[in-house]
Amino acid sequence: MIKLQSITRTFHMGDQAVYALNDINLQIDSGEYVSIMGPSGSGKSTLLNIIGLLDQPNSGRYELDGKPVTDLTEIEQARIRREKIGFVFQSFHLVPRLTAAENIELPLILGGIPVEQRQARVQAALQAFELLQRAQHRPSELSGGQRQRVAIARATIMQPSVILADEPTGNLDHQIGAEVMVLLENLHHAGTTLIIVTHDRELGARAHRQIGMRDGRILTDQHS
Amino acid sequence: MTLPDTLLTSFRTVVSYRLRSLLIILAMALGVAAVVMLTALGDGARNYVINQFSSIGTNLLVVLPGRAETSGSFLGAVLGQTPRDLTLKDAQLLERLPQIRRYAPLNVGAAELSAANRLREVTVLGSTEHLIPIRHMKLAQGSFLQQGSERSAQIVLGAKIAREFFPHTQAIGQRVRLGDNRFLVSGVLAAQGETMGFNTDEVVIIPIDHAQAMFNTTSLFRILVETKHHNDIEPAKQAMLAILKQAHDGEEDITIITQDAILDTFDRILHALTLAVAGIAAISLIVAGILIMNVMLVAVSQRTAEIGLLKAIGATSSDIRRLFFAEALWLSLTGAMFGFLFGQLGSQLIRWAYPQLPAWAPLWASIAGIAVAVITGIVASILPANQAARLDAVQALGKR
Ligand SMILES: Nc1ncnc2c1ncn2[C@@H]1O[C@H](COP(=O)(O)OP(=O)(O)OP(=O)(O)O)[C@@H](O)[C@H]1O
Ligand SMILES: [Mg+2]
Repeated sequence: MIKLQSITRTFHMGDQAVYALNDINLQIDSGEYVSIMGPSGSGKSTLLNIIGLLDQPNSGRYELDGKPVTDLTEIEQARIRREKIGFVFQSFHLVPRLTAAENIELPLILGGIPVEQRQARVQAALQAFELLQRAQHRPSELSGGQRQRVAIARATIMQPSVILADEPTGNLDHQIGAEVMVLLENLHHAGTTLIIVTHDRELGARAHRQIGMRDGRILTDQHS
Repeated sequence: MTLPDTLLTSFRTVVSYRLRSLLIILAMALGVAAVVMLTALGDGARNYVINQFSSIGTNLLVVLPGRAETSGSFLGAVLGQTPRDLTLKDAQLLERLPQIRRYAPLNVGAAELSAANRLREVTVLGSTEHLIPIRHMKLAQGSFLQQGSERSAQIVLGAKIAREFFPHTQAIGQRVRLGDNRFLVSGVLAAQGETMGFNTDEVVIIPIDHAQAMFNTTSLFRILVETKHHNDIEPAKQAMLAILKQAHDGEEDITIITQDAILDTFDRILHALTLAVAGIAAISLIVAGILIMNVMLVAVSQRTAEIGLLKAIGATSSDIRRLFFAEALWLSLTGAMFGFLFGQLGSQLIRWAYPQLPAWAPLWASIAGIAVAVITGIVASILPANQAARLDAVQALGKR
């Protein structure tokens, strides 16, 4: 469960303060499927980064699974990112010199998982995302859809309870994007909390809960 | 992230940036190789000099006329004027000293040697039969001035002279003319080559009194003295100084050089020289270190997005720092190892090209070279690694 109370995030541009997030109150229960929409610059990515502990709010309180996390040390926050959160980005963010399998293995290495277990888990992930044929290919040898599948496999390899996807289909054509959405929605069906930032109304409408943002504030919050 | 995983991951990174890594490793390797080879040369020169010194005799003291200007510098005595002659009588006084095993008075001159229709100028040493063991010379055949035959006109020929004058016949027993005097060849020196710039293969040795008569002098060039034991050198020196001072009416107008003191001086000079060249070579290691720092800084900015990604999937700052640290460590360690191998190979080539030079790199130099390389690598990576670790994850992810 994610619980944000009066979260504010400001950036300073010269002597002017920009409110990327302005007094956000939001609660997302475990297993929810949420889409976040809004114009460019409305604070969607910032919100996602704060939920994923990549960014720190200037003020406010954030509880994850009932425990306050804003005051945790850097090492403890890294541990939560590793174990509970999976990120999926618009531009995939694969390490170019590593193969698909090695990219998927990265979180396991960071988590100190023993080699024998790593191999089995990577194999299972490759199979689940239909990447077995591409295991030894580098990102430059993969199509956009394949790259995003590798990224999703990497985000889920530690079996996180929350998947945060920032415009996961933004760099993909319509059909491939729809396939990727199906993969993410399958994760939701398996019980993972799924939060997707998107510009695409059609895709956003597939979520059971739609949040609309503007100027760092939540304008609408609809359940469908 | 476990240590083996950190090392393995950074090793893979080093391998995947092949050209960049090769260049850094080469720079490091050249620096270490320079340290190893230059110290091998320096230490080889030192050992060469020590060998040369011990080949001219052990437990050796040399008495020369004239007073050294300052103690410790024998140049003044060598070059300076001689106020009072050193004589055979002085030499004989030394015989009484208990520390002394044997002594050899020495005169040096040049004269024309002729025999068997040949003629050439040779260096003439005038001495006694003790010269040969004291100077560690060896006779190939015959003998020299057996006890009691000091007045007989015998001559010992250097190996090369004997070969030149009597290529086909036995030299011993032949008569030769040296200056205006006739001598009987009684022995031939074994070939020894050059030691300390002095080639015993091209000298002849005659009895001291014949030499003094030939060169019309009563003064000696040197007295060579060998003590019984190494410990006797200092007491012998003091005793000799006292005796000769007394013989010279209380005036200390001679200089005694101990081989030890000269050897010590050379040893110290050459050791300092070796250290100096090692230091200069080590500067190239610092340069390689700066290269590593530069390359790692470039790597941090090239891999900014990747660092952001690693943080997003749960890497801590210290994971990132360790990864960059380990990468620099691999580069410098590999460079140091190759440098050590190159240096050993180079030293081997030097020894092969100059067999008389024992060009072995001293252990301290090899260890220091490798250590300095690794330490510079580590120090050079501190700044880039910290920079990488401090990167803000969100901003890093935004970088393309
Ligand atoms: N590092 C930063 N420095 C200064 N301002 C920033 C920074 N990051 C974000 N902002 C500002 O914060 C606001 C929200 O940014 P954010 O990236 O969250 O918007 P977004 O809704 O994700 O937009 P887009 O749809 O274009 O991705 C914007 O006005 C942006 O300019
Ligand atoms: Mg955004």
